[in-house]
Amino acid sequence: MARHVIAPVDELPPGTRKFLEIDGRPIAIFNIKGEYFGLMNRCPHQGAALCEGPLIGLAQSSNPGEIEYTKLGEIIRCPWHGWEFDIRTGQSYCDPRRFRVKAYPAHVEPGASVVKGPYVAETVTVKVESDYVVVEL
Amino acid sequence: MNIQFRENQEAASPLTVKTAIADCDIHPARATRTELYPYLAKRWQHHLEIYGVHAYQGMMEGPPYPKAQPNASRRDAYPPEGGPQGSSLAFMQKQLLDPNNVQLGVLNPLNTGQGIRNHELSAALCSAINDWQIDKWTSKDKRLKASIVVGNEDGLSAAAEIRERAGDKNFVQVLLLSRNVEPLGQRRYWPIYQAAEEAGLPVGVHAFGFGGNPITPSGWPSYYIEEMVGHSQCQQSALASLVLEGVFERFPKLKMVMIEAGFGWAPSLAWRLDKAWQRLRSEVPHVKRPPSEYIREQVWWTTQPMEDPESREDLFDVIKWIGWDRLLFATDYPHWDYDEPSRVLPAGVSEANREAFYLGNAKKLYGIN
Repeated sequence: MARHVIAPVDELPPGTRKFLEIDGRPIAIFNIKGEYFGLMNRCPHQGAALCEGPLIGLAQSSNPGEIEYTKLGEIIRCPWHGWEFDIRTGQSYCDPRRFRVKAYPAHVEPGASVVKGPYVAETVTVKVESDYVVVEL
Repeated sequence: MNIQFRENQEAASPLTVKTAIADCDIHPARATRTELYPYLAKRWQHHLEIYGVHAYQGMMEGPPYPKAQPNASRRDAYPPEGGPQGSSLAFMQKQLLDPNNVQLGVLNPLNTGQGIRNHELSAALCSAINDWQIDKWTSKDKRLKASIVVGNEDGLSAAAEIRERAGDKNFVQVLLLSRNVEPLGQRRYWPIYQAAEEAGLPVGVHAFGFGGNPITPSGWPSYYIEEMVGHSQCQQSALASLVLEGVFERFPKLKMVMIEAGFGWAPSLAWRLDKAWQRLRSEVPHVKRPPSEYIREQVWWTTQPMEDPESREDLFDVIKWIGWDRLLFATDYPHWDYDEPSRVLPAGVSEANREAFYLGNAKKLYGIN
């Protein structure tokens, strides 16, 4: 497992997402209210760029007529067929048994810890004074 | 544990399929409200500005059910130059035709002049749409072929439009919708079938339309999802009407294409019709053969929305009854319930059937070499 530096934290404010390709895999990193989540940007259903869909909440009902709407901004809805996945886990709410999106842990690390390790610098210049979003895969 | 820095790149391009395919249900859209004006007489341009369009559905501004996504379309299908999904040929080529190796794309424009109360306006709008299809689409990309849109509630003017376009290689079928003022087998629609048969053009019946009746046989439902599954109920009653009114008997060379309403229900409808016909044949003596025979000989089916049962064997059983030579692959681009070509057909299909499914049947039906 390798860690990949995505961006300085101030380039990925809450409510935004960033698309990239890591080791040939399309990935999106989301900042949801200050927490970071990584998801494979490909819908397991028919292959759409899943993470380009809108962020919605989760509508659930324990009885007809009673509707709970939770996880606001934490559910990604596929731009093609509307399949819903939990950004935190990649779980599908349509068919959790058969379909799951690969989720990648993402978090913030101080620049000092980022520059310590052996790394390949490509386009992001790491400034020691900043914090960086890092994803593991 | 290693740390790597990566630049921000565009999201990966969608999966591609190299097999050549036909896409038998593509929906081109107008980029602007007035895009048809160059094809409309001044009289109708002014009419539209002053009076608008009156549908059979009362109090209707747009579809009566919300469509899940804007314009019922994929969210990634907005053209970069602006305008609604499906309104840019260049973007359609880039997003649909090129990566999927589409050799034949059949255009089925919706929200045209079909099913509106003013029949003269309906005929003018349909004719304008047909001119527009040539100018904007089929003359610019030889892979694309158009459907003749007709003012379906006035069979005579519809037949005139078909005869005017007959022999024009830009057109490969006549387009009707499944929800009309009356069931499609009724005699008011017969001039359409006669003209189509004479022209050697299949008649496609696409789901939708708003004929003024409730959109399900049991009334107005609460949810959009009920409208979605209601398409197949509507196609079933349209097909039963075509058989039982004697349309297939009267027009034996007529070919019908059921578009965007599934096909899994076809065997059970045919079995039920056959059983009833055996007992009630004397009520409809003009139906001379078991209904299933007409259906199997004169009906084709587009695949989208592709049936997706848990067991692929169930799917194969249905297709075996319908015939591998009767299915026409379709994506329904740019609509949100789009079927991705590389993902819809399970493994275990012979190469010959696969080729027929994706391309061969469509080329044969539509007369494309």
